[in-house]
Amino acid sequence: MARERVLPGSVTATPREHGAAADAPAGASAAPVSARAVEAVWRIESARIVATLTRFTRDFGLAEDLAQEALAEALAAWPRTGVPASPGAWLVAVGKRRAIDTWRREATQSEKYAELAREAEIDADAAAAAPAPWDPDAIDDDVLRLVFIACHPVLAREASIALTLRTVAGLPTEAIARAFLVPVATVQQRIVRAKRTLAAAAVPFEVPPRDEYPARLSAVLSVVYLIFNEGYAASSGSDWMRPDLAREALRLGRVLAELVPREPEAHGLVALMEFSVARFPARLTPSGAPVLLADQDRSRWDRTLIARGRAALARADAVGRGRGPYGLQAAIAECHDTAPSVAETDWARIVVLYEALGRIAPSPVVELNRAAALSQAEGPATALRVVDDLVAGGALAGYGLLPSVRGELLSQLGRVDEARAEFEKAIALTANEQERSVLRSKLRAL
Amino acid sequence: MSKFMLIMRATDEAVAAYAETDFAEVIAAMGAYNESMLKAGVMVGGDGLAPEAGLVVSFDQTPPVVSDGPYGETKELFNGFWILEVPTIEEAAEWAKRAPLTPGNRLEIRRVTGPEDFPADNEWVKKEEEWRANGYSPEA
Repeated sequence: MARERVLPGSVTATPREHGAAADAPAGASAAPVSARAVEAVWRIESARIVATLTRFTRDFGLAEDLAQEALAEALAAWPRTGVPASPGAWLVAVGKRRAIDTWRREATQSEKYAELAREAEIDADAAAAAPAPWDPDAIDDDVLRLVFIACHPVLAREASIALTLRTVAGLPTEAIARAFLVPVATVQQRIVRAKRTLAAAAVPFEVPPRDEYPARLSAVLSVVYLIFNEGYAASSGSDWMRPDLAREALRLGRVLAELVPREPEAHGLVALMEFSVARFPARLTPSGAPVLLADQDRSRWDRTLIARGRAALARADAVGRGRGPYGLQAAIAECHDTAPSVAETDWARIVVLYEALGRIAPSPVVELNRAAALSQAEGPATALRVVDDLVAGGALAGYGLLPSVRGELLSQLGRVDEARAEFEKAIALTANEQERSVLRSKLRAL
Repeated sequence: MSKFMLIMRATDEAVAAYAETDFAEVIAAMGAYNESMLKAGVMVGGDGLAPEAGLVVSFDQTPPVVSDGPYGETKELFNGFWILEVPTIEEAAEWAKRAPLTPGNRLEIRRVTGPEDFPADNEWVKKEEEWRANGYSPEA
């Protein structure tokens, strides 16, 4: 038992700490505790706390409320008492106590709640008498269930994004609102409505059964990727990208990949995000204007992240089930990230990868990207034929990138007047101010 | 997000006490700690320094003088580091608090500089970035 004394701050809380009374934090620290320090604890612990409370209450919506109340209590108490030795266990204990209080109040109206309160008290007493060891694997399973609830298909995408960022990533509501340029009240409303929807649909706290698993996992991955994309290329507003949001998605992806290590697409998504974030230091001028891939100073790309991206892609491949859409996009990003220059990029390989991607996940946007790669591999004339087919197909009408790519190809072919018309069309279709300014400079350069 | 280095220092007494602890237990505790940070997606690097004494080069005189280390009066050994990528220094501190370390050990937390801390147009800064890109071999 010497280990317990040797590891005072270890993540694996000792049994004593696990059953610690909520209002008697052990080992308060001497330094003043700022709200930022409390938030730091929350970022690390929120998923496990909400997951543990969901298991305890069998009610995700209630658990989320309780977790937020516990956080509020910590914000009030810790500046006085210091951060407790096992802050996660402290927050869970507060949440459980509040759950029991809630059920007691409800017990006067309903026998069901009286029963829940009695059971919970017996559980809590039993835990205090013979504390169960903190089992990280069991908690990981609960966190995974939490992820599947937050990204459940009954929810609107915006609702899943808000829930995932608040419960799994531990972001304050204000930060989510700032990241998505919406009022705080809007985010709060999305979360309230999402919890109501989950309750109405009686969504269970479980890892989906085998027949639903692939579709449900794909929904989870797409929520993480949506968050990433909003940070990678903001769809509106004056900033071209919101790097912190993209890095948040990367962190979520890393957590998720560790929860489902046998899923190649989880690693594929992580690889794709690592490769993309690696280019962030070169994507903007000091004044915040975008720098296109061809003009980026590649020495500023983050080699650590590129190495991590390659490792993640290797893990995806090692599962032995082939590459899915994220794995293929990651492989394309890898071609860019490991090339010394645009001219020395393996464009032929990128074209092949886009062809494969287009076959397993057909999309006109992929086809447009294939065309852009083709123009590098085989010249603008070949690429223009693909783009013209896309225009004729009509699927990308209203999509600014289509006239933008077409304008680029026409300009390379010396068809300046047609190129000008395409760039003007692209400017009219683009909402992002920084992207429009890139297009305007292309127009001027004709 | 920024990168932070957790710099581990320990007094001689702490190092001696550690030497008497079961090495397998130390490795298991450190392994579990590192794994928890990897699973949380925050750890990007780290290494330990060997416990035997090194050498110190002092620039108080010209030419510099080489002597037995460690330097300074506190006799605290710098014996390892972690690199974490987290949004705030407070979060780095919260992770640091969870390290399986004994009394006499200290973790100092410092932000790691990035390209954004240096003038982008400086010739040597550019070279440095290229070297870094090539794993510190002078030619690609």
